[in-house]
Amino acid sequence: MAYQKTYEEINAKIKRGEAIVVTAEEVIDIVAQEGMEKAAREIDVVTTGTFGPMCSSGVFLNFGHSKPRIKMQKVWLNGVEAYSGIAAVDAYLGAAQLPENDPENKVYPGRFSYGGGHVIHDLLAGKDIRLEATAYGTDCYPNKKVDTIIRLEDLNEAILFNPRNAYQNYSCAVNLSERTLYTYMGILKPQLGNASYSTSGQLSPLLNDPYYRTIGVGTRIFLGGGIGYVAWNGTQHHPNVLRGENGVPKVGAGTLAVIGDLKQMDPNWLVGLSYIGYGATMAVGIGIPIPILDEEILYYAAVKDEDIYCPIVDYSEQYPYGKDMDLGFASFKELKNGKITINGKGVITTPQSSIFRARKIAGMLKKWIQTGSFELSRPVAPLPSADADIEFKSIPERSPNGNNK
Amino acid sequence: MKNRVVCYFSTAQSEQPIIYQLIKNHDLIVNILKADINPQKEGYLVVELEGSRDKYKAGIEYLKSLGIKVEPLSETVIWSEEICIQCGACPSFCPTKALDLDRETMMVSFDNSKCVICGMCLDCCPTRAIKLYFEIREAV
Repeated sequence: MAYQKTYEEINAKIKRGEAIVVTAEEVIDIVAQEGMEKAAREIDVVTTGTFGPMCSSGVFLNFGHSKPRIKMQKVWLNGVEAYSGIAAVDAYLGAAQLPENDPENKVYPGRFSYGGGHVIHDLLAGKDIRLEATAYGTDCYPNKKVDTIIRLEDLNEAILFNPRNAYQNYSCAVNLSERTLYTYMGILKPQLGNASYSTSGQLSPLLNDPYYRTIGVGTRIFLGGGIGYVAWNGTQHHPNVLRGENGVPKVGAGTLAVIGDLKQMDPNWLVGLSYIGYGATMAVGIGIPIPILDEEILYYAAVKDEDIYCPIVDYSEQYPYGKDMDLGFASFKELKNGKITINGKGVITTPQSSIFRARKIAGMLKKWIQTGSFELSRPVAPLPSADADIEFKSIPERSPNGNNK
Repeated sequence: MKNRVVCYFSTAQSEQPIIYQLIKNHDLIVNILKADINPQKEGYLVVELEGSRDKYKAGIEYLKSLGIKVEPLSETVIWSEEICIQCGACPSFCPTKALDLDRETMMVSFDNSKCVICGMCLDCCPTRAIKLYFEIREAV
């Protein structure tokens, strides 16, 4: 812990175009060759990346006013409803929202071809979007109906705000039942037919900074192809979970709420997804730089796939019904190689998170920092870490008719 | 027997109630998979015909006697690299390794010659980058 760097020193090097930046994969070999101490002196920043489905995502929109003015009570974009229970012409469009009259799972498994994530992608791609709004009319906002075509450039603001992204680790989903399951982890074939996993492992932001020593409120990040910020911890942030000796959580743990101006993002990095039998969502690209302030931070950032484990979870009974089961853990090295062993049986793995794209993000962020166009920001507040006392709560079962304490 | 065929027809033929005749006179089970008729009333019909061998043959002869061109249906799977996000889910469903994931680059590739058109990949692709196409020529 002898050698230390500051944010200011690293940013000064970035400004001079002299910062040494490597990706979270490249750093592994460098540390192996040069040792932790030398590498910590040399490397200024390690870049991470992840690109996968993140349902808890969406965008705040301000449409500007119609003439006469309207207080939108219901709003639809390409037929997909946005929440408008906020100010007159503000709305929040969620990535998992489905169009009105979507057949859903009425003919099982449903297709879910279009949803909020697809609208966000189309907006960002500059496409024409049908905007419909209805209202009851007031003295100040007399208009009762809007039906028009908008484009991203027409909006006053489009602010991507994702309440839960970049999950620090995630379960590997399997199916012990006799029938095919259609889940948010994709298709799960019966009788351990496949094992579906997410996260980019050794490239994943929060797996490279397991105790959130550098990632906190205000951290500047790569978000959707542009620049964004960590706004807060994400929903379901649960840092005080089972961790390995290397500090890496062995189950789902921390999460991030992130924010950024949609108008400077790129449709390649926010992509609408359709999960058969489950619903619509959006793939979000996130990359977070980790400043190598000391050796300990580098030690965590040099984590390898073989040292990251996730729990294997049955999605026929264990996950949906909370049945007690222990199927053990799988390492990301095995998962990425394509096969894991469960109860002595070899099981093919199905990725949900794009490693190819995660690498690209870490590479793009590296370039931005190397060329001086992206400086690091010191968090203005830390995220609750492993020493927090956070209880992971469920919905209480109480009678609405009273008789409860 | 059961077979899928493409029937190409011209304006005069589209006036004929061919589906009715196939069912009524030739006792075939007819399942229309796809049909397209342009404003000039030319077009094609992709149908699955099911019945005894004799009746199937007679049905096909009937169509040909009207001047309708009947050809076997060829289906093909198209993987769109531009839409694909390289998540890598589809190779784990592909029984012939036509869709494959390079473990070094973690990139998906598609080899059409290995594809047996089982359709497993169509459902598992979250970007719908994989589609099934019926190979159909321009209307006659």
